[in-house]
Amino acid sequence: MARNCPRALTVASLALMSGLIPAGAARADATLTVATVNNGDMVVMQKLSSEFEKQHPDIHLRWVVLEENVLRQRVTTDIATKAGQFDIVTVGNYEVPIWAKQGWLAPMEDLPASYDTADLLKPVRDALTYQDKLYALPFYAESAMTYYRTDLFDKAGLKMPDHPTYTQIREFADKLTDKTHQTYGMCLRGKPGWGENMAYVTSLVDTFGGQWFDMGWHAKLDTPEWHKAITYYSDILKQDGPPGATSNGFNENLALFAGGHCAMWIDATVASGMLYDKKQSQVSDKVGFAPMPVGDYAGGPTWLWSWNLGIPASSKQKPAAESFVAWATSKDYIKLVADKNGWVAVPPGTRQSTYDQPEYKKVAPFAGFVVNAINSANPTGSTKEPRPYLGAQFVAIPEFQGIGTQVGQTVAATLTGQMAVDAALKAAQSATDRAVKQAGYQK
Amino acid sequence: MRSSLTAQLLIAVLGWGIALLMFFPIFWMVLTSFKTEGAAIATPPQLIFAPTLESYAEVQSRADYLSFAFNSIAVSVGGTVLALAFAIPGAYAMAFHPSTRTRGTLLWMLSTKMLPPVGVLVPIYLLFRGAGLLDTRIGLILIYGLMNLPIVVWMLFTFFKEMPNDILEAGRMDGAKAWGEVWYLLLPLTLPGVASTGLLSLILCWNEAFWSLNLTSSAAAPLTTFIASFSSPEGLFFAKLSAASTVAVAPILVFGWLSQRQLVRGLTFGAVK
Repeated sequence: MARNCPRALTVASLALMSGLIPAGAARADATLTVATVNNGDMVVMQKLSSEFEKQHPDIHLRWVVLEENVLRQRVTTDIATKAGQFDIVTVGNYEVPIWAKQGWLAPMEDLPASYDTADLLKPVRDALTYQDKLYALPFYAESAMTYYRTDLFDKAGLKMPDHPTYTQIREFADKLTDKTHQTYGMCLRGKPGWGENMAYVTSLVDTFGGQWFDMGWHAKLDTPEWHKAITYYSDILKQDGPPGATSNGFNENLALFAGGHCAMWIDATVASGMLYDKKQSQVSDKVGFAPMPVGDYAGGPTWLWSWNLGIPASSKQKPAAESFVAWATSKDYIKLVADKNGWVAVPPGTRQSTYDQPEYKKVAPFAGFVVNAINSANPTGSTKEPRPYLGAQFVAIPEFQGIGTQVGQTVAATLTGQMAVDAALKAAQSATDRAVKQAGYQK
Repeated sequence: MRSSLTAQLLIAVLGWGIALLMFFPIFWMVLTSFKTEGAAIATPPQLIFAPTLESYAEVQSRADYLSFAFNSIAVSVGGTVLALAFAIPGAYAMAFHPSTRTRGTLLWMLSTKMLPPVGVLVPIYLLFRGAGLLDTRIGLILIYGLMNLPIVVWMLFTFFKEMPNDILEAGRMDGAKAWGEVWYLLLPLTLPGVASTGLLSLILCWNEAFWSLNLTSSAAAPLTTFIASFSSPEGLFFAKLSAASTVAVAPILVFGWLSQRQLVRGLTFGAVK
């Protein structure tokens, strides 16, 4: 009996292993794998997707939901190696033109007339178009705006202008800061990263008349414009900002503002729904909205971000994938969310028809600001001097993730006092110049 | 007498201090999982609050926990069995029939652990793509087995080294072949060591996140992927993430408690000569 043990074990382990080979590789029906970020609106989409499966009994969905940075790495590996693990991916408007150019995304070619692409907000639609073809469809979009506490403004006898300037904002911040009561005049992103502090800083530099590169792709960071912008940023956060600002990203600032610690906060429009939600915010009845402040140079590029659904060129089930993408970004889907979760929960920023809904305007008083901010968003707008790249809060080249994060760390060092603005910009200038030189942009 | 009492007291306080320090993050995670999202980020942190199961319900409604847990169990057990299957004969050969290169081989095996995994991500990804192993449990079992092989070989080697060669020799005199030596003499006598090696490998597989995140998507995704899906750069998530982490670590934690004695016995095996 005991003598047979080794053989029995081998047989058992073989049986175990063969049983573990997954089924589902070959099926007559289409099974789509959807990779998405886990932001609130996507979670709603995942929950409501059973409606789509009901309408399309031959299409099954499998979900891969990941945090943004993990998802980006995961999807990029898969798409760059053409492994075809995903049929639908969630991509930002930063990636769409870059990936379209690489041939990594399939164009959206057979959209039904009822999809009404003309209804998509123009800046959003333009950001997803490459050589006259749409390469992804927008799920939700955002620009940036100023949030402020109406009660604190009233108490201090201040009034937020309809179009604030950065000079005014600085005065307000100084007056509203009350560190003994943990109220800080201004909260801003300080956490280093191309999509964190540099998204805000880049848009600040835009309106102070600065830019990343000149037409010959030479870095333009060690300039008076950048100097002024970074000095402003570093001063306002050091004097009127919360302690430890370098660890604050979007979420941390959202928590600070929702907890009543910020008098003002400039960030993505998507925060408006969260700040207005009583379950998430202690200040839901005291939030005021204003456009993004302007600096010395008005009319430059302005913040636009959208999360979109695209189909990798390596997907083997493109028609089925396209029908899901069209469903999830359609008017009907927005209506479905409104029916199930209320109008305040619909994915914002993609369609004019959403903003024409009286019900939406009623429950979302910030809707007007958001649609104005997105409609006037101009990521391709001209900087003070001509520039060779596109994007408002980022530079639309693949190398920007690396460059932006490195410069982001240098900028964060000015907040902690590890570096003076001068030294930081000199370091950032040489690092950026080296990176684009190595990548072969400079001729 | 007096000084030894003080020393004992000091050691007790130190021991408890370290234990509390190690346990605190887990305690805080479990505590946070019963808070609302608003309470989870409150400053100052709240110790007393009205507990809610909201986050657990949300986690359960968003992902199929059981399928992730099954994958975790399958790949951890599979990876450990695979590593042991290769390591036992390997360590046996190196411990009892060493050659001039044995030492070098052992060190070389360990040195492979010094390479950061991300350095070989793309080659491995391409190999997996070509072999059709992406998003399969077999693929993860292979990676986990090979990943832990150096550690498992090293641990087994040290345990086997403790075993007197004479016993094996006596077995050979009685006509045992190599297989019989390992199966009837070596393994029963070093069982605590083999068991603790297996347990350690199991825990390492259970907690491995890099390869599971990169090589699986849905069909073979283990609990590490499940946890990763609850943190978010937009919106509050601490309570949900804590709830997801609590249910993800619970099985291995319980398993660890149950096998505690075995683990300690194995790790101190042969410590006193």
